[in-house]
Amino acid sequence: MDIMDHYLYTKEHEWINIEDNIGTMGITDYAQSALGDITYVELPQQDQEVEQFEQFVSVESVKAASDIFCPMSGRIIEVNDKLEETPALINKDCYGKGWIAKIEIKDLDETSNLMSAEDYRSYLESLDH
Amino acid sequence: MSIEVALHNTPLAQEHIALGAKMVGFSGWNMPLQYEGILAEWEYNRKTCSIFDCSHMGEFIVHGCAIDSGLDRIVTQRIVDMPVKTCRYGAMLNEQGGVIDDLIVYRKALQEWMIVVNASNIEKNAKHFRERLTSKAVFEDISFETAKLDIQGPLSRDILKIFVPDIVELKYYTFDEFVLLGGKCLISRTGYTGEMGYEIYCPWEKSKELWQRILKNDKVRPTGLGVRDVLRIEMCYSLYGHELEETISPLDAGLDKFIDFEKNFIGKDVLLKQKSLGMNRRASCFTSDSRRSPRAGHKIFDEQGHIIGEVTSGTFSPALQMGVGLGFIETLSDNIGKKIFFGDEKNKATGKIIKRPFYKDGSLKH
Repeated sequence: MDIMDHYLYTKEHEWINIEDNIGTMGITDYAQSALGDITYVELPQQDQEVEQFEQFVSVESVKAASDIFCPMSGRIIEVNDKLEETPALINKDCYGKGWIAKIEIKDLDETSNLMSAEDYRSYLESLDH
Repeated sequence: MSIEVALHNTPLAQEHIALGAKMVGFSGWNMPLQYEGILAEWEYNRKTCSIFDCSHMGEFIVHGCAIDSGLDRIVTQRIVDMPVKTCRYGAMLNEQGGVIDDLIVYRKALQEWMIVVNASNIEKNAKHFRERLTSKAVFEDISFETAKLDIQGPLSRDILKIFVPDIVELKYYTFDEFVLLGGKCLISRTGYTGEMGYEIYCPWEKSKELWQRILKNDKVRPTGLGVRDVLRIEMCYSLYGHELEETISPLDAGLDKFIDFEKNFIGKDVLLKQKSLGMNRRASCFTSDSRRSPRAGHKIFDEQGHIIGEVTSGTFSPALQMGVGLGFIETLSDNIGKKIFFGDEKNKATGKIIKRPFYKDGSLKH
């Protein structure tokens, strides 16, 4: 499974990449692989206020729908509307072109509730056993 | 305490794992959900050719005359006038008129029948047959010695022809015995995908060689239960446990044309009563207005927000590039074109009731 070194992760397999106080978010390689072919993404609203670990997106694959939880609290400032037409971008490039939304982070201290790449790798290994 | 029930393996379980399949428990069997991915597998089936391992399904043999054996009373479809080497789809009902299972009857000889049933119901069905067949019938459950490989897709005939030249003669819903890789197999021109296709019944121990030989042809790819469900929903075919159940009347489920009211069968009196009272719900199919897909268990609402039904199966349809669903709607009219909503009280999406099936371009009867 691909993991990006400088991103932070949740137990529900979302990632966030923080630059200054803007976070870009998506789902991990493990999540996209478990879901299979993604066919629909219900994106959050522009300017929507979201709490950490609150459900803010819903992702559907051919046979199932899954809730996606927001890695940090804040205000949604941009959504990846390319996913409306091409949800498979998440399968193809989950850490790049398959990003879901950008958030203006309310409280950087919340990063203490997230995992580093190293921790997430150990976490995935623990799931395999 | 958790109780783990060991899953049955088909004779091809190791083949699936070697091909990288994602395996799942299905009806007590360890089965391939997908290999490459549902959308890629959908392409093979609809455009070239795909092969499914359906060895989990059940096969029974009944020896005896249609009427005297009791077989005719157990199944809803007319079987007395079936020509030898043809198959007919129908169901078997309980005394309350509910569906115990849907099934296909194969007439192998004047007094020899094969009945193909769903994997989840093998034991229940065998019990029902043993209890309801008369002393003039001989019953045999050959499920655990019979493998079943489904070759489906517009190129299925061209590919199977390489192994069995005479296959080109086989018409829709007929079957015959053929020599395949040095052994006898029963092959029918049937399937569950809406494409031209064949179901091969062969001895358990023969299936691995057959599977490997067919897959050597680079136009054939293995396909799993995930895409099988998508394909059957696109055709609006019922699946036991979803559109069919012991508590569901076959009339509600829209199986009318597979029920012969001119003969006697178990559950008939209840169905006649339902017919005279009039039905109050109807099997319906609807498209989503977007890529968002209905899911089993979603409610169906009318434009005023009243619950008018429930979704029994739903998926994203690669053919239509939108969500599609099957369900029961409380109604007397067919409602074609009616606008509906699906989802739950908090989150609904719009859709429209349409005429079945969703997928109309299949090679089924080519």
